[in-house]
Amino acid sequence: MAILVIAEHDNASLKGATLNTVTAAAAIGGDIHVLVAGHNAGAAAAAAAQVAGVAKVLHADDAGLGASLAENVAAQVLALASGYSHILFPATASGKNVAPRVAAKLDVAQISDIIKVISADTFDRPVYAGNAIATVQSADAVKVITVRTTGFDPAATGGSAAVEAVATVAGNGKASFVGREVTKSDRPELTAAKIIVSGGRALGSSEKFNEVLTPLADKLGAALGASRAAVDAGYAPNDWQVGQTGKIVAPGLYVACGISGAIQHLAGMKDSKVIVAINKDPEAPIFSVADYGLEADLFVAVPELISAL
Amino acid sequence: MKVLVPVKRVVDYNVKVRVKSDGTGVDIANVKMSMNPFDEIAVEEAVRLKEKGAVTEVIAVSCGVAQCQETLRTAMAIGADRAILVETDVELQPLAVAKLLKALVDKEQPGLIILGKQAIDDDCNQTGQMLAALADLPQATFASKVEVADGVATVTREVDGGLETLKVSLPAVITTDLRLNEPRYVTLPNIMKAKKKPLETIKPEDLGVDVTPRIKTLTVSEPPKRGAGVKVADVAALVAKLKNEAKVI
Repeated sequence: MAILVIAEHDNASLKGATLNTVTAAAAIGGDIHVLVAGHNAGAAAAAAAQVAGVAKVLHADDAGLGASLAENVAAQVLALASGYSHILFPATASGKNVAPRVAAKLDVAQISDIIKVISADTFDRPVYAGNAIATVQSADAVKVITVRTTGFDPAATGGSAAVEAVATVAGNGKASFVGREVTKSDRPELTAAKIIVSGGRALGSSEKFNEVLTPLADKLGAALGASRAAVDAGYAPNDWQVGQTGKIVAPGLYVACGISGAIQHLAGMKDSKVIVAINKDPEAPIFSVADYGLEADLFVAVPELISAL
Repeated sequence: MKVLVPVKRVVDYNVKVRVKSDGTGVDIANVKMSMNPFDEIAVEEAVRLKEKGAVTEVIAVSCGVAQCQETLRTAMAIGADRAILVETDVELQPLAVAKLLKALVDKEQPGLIILGKQAIDDDCNQTGQMLAALADLPQATFASKVEVADGVATVTREVDGGLETLKVSLPAVITTDLRLNEPRYVTLPNIMKAKKKPLETIKPEDLGVDVTPRIKTLTVSEPPKRGAGVKVADVAALVAKLKNEAKVI
């Protein structure tokens, strides 16, 4: 029984999410192979070979794989699928895009966002915005799975797997990549950050959002996050959104400033180790999950907090 | 060009669901049900494309129990022209729904299929991608902007780290993200009009699709509860707790 892990990478480097997915694969048990499908992604393949527990890296290098189009990556995975009992993707935007396509072509169900491996065919996954945990069992011959990265620790490095070039496969040519607009940020990546400072509607404007929260994030070396309300109002970019429909995070410390704590937001952060809530509404639901709650005006409390740190 | 819009009846997003004490599922008896929020966005987008003249007919589809008719009536009140209910009491999983939709795509030959990116009950985020694979169509998931012209859809997608733009040849499958649009409110006159629009009911067998669930739910349990937190009096107390008690800074 061998397991194929589909690496998340940007051609130049391997993304952290791949490491968590390898840990999930190790929990299932069996030889772990990692597929790096991309264009000029030799560096990412080399990095994958150094992940502890990886037996082999399959490197598919083709111009058509450079932009990670679902059609092309799925075709590449399907070409390699025979011989694997499990195919694992990180539950990132990219993994979620491709995995169901692979599963449908194999005529198997896909299991989304697992947080725990019970056995080789049984897994835990959250449903209803994390308000219930379902233990599910798959009877399919091949298990196609996406892994919630915050549910598993990242695998260590120090391995030395062989990198093997594999034949590439063309996609269906019906989709093409036009361009990408990346939000520039010097901060730690939201899903990998140890500390997250997050703001909600109470910030009032994007100027205030930056003015008040950026110095706190700088001081703590934290990533910045936001509630849906703050994103919809234009205070913060979309990819900062934490919640059921945004990023799922589980940092060591999550500081929620001016966030009421709707079900959909809690779904994205309630597995954080320590949650701090700063809100002037004593009835805000965020206080029900906060380890430390401070009932105060954030425009006063946050600057005070910065100077006290 | 026709547009097919699959919609799902789910527990209303404001309801905090309770896990049944016997661990067989969540208690959805007597709970308010609504259209999945992402599907509302999908219907709205289809209707806007029709209003722009890019589309001639909007067909809403739902798969599930007889009460899904209400969801389809809502879709028609937003502006869908007609509806199809694939009625079954079997628990439908994404692969089964994708197969049902594939059969309908073969039958109706739509130029575009717009789905929500995920349903807020099973949180799967699979059906659109699976449909695209089964029908061998290109896909543009998590769309925040859609433009249709000359047999091509240009779609801006929300991805980790920013936005990305794709061109997909039609027919294609698009799944909606939150930022695609703001769904309109349904008005009373439109609800009345929707009652007169055609709603066809068929069975999975009519489409020749086996909808047997492939994944078995063994148990459903409550997520671990967080220990009760404390309220601190001021910033100094907060900093002291974080440094000395939680040791996170």
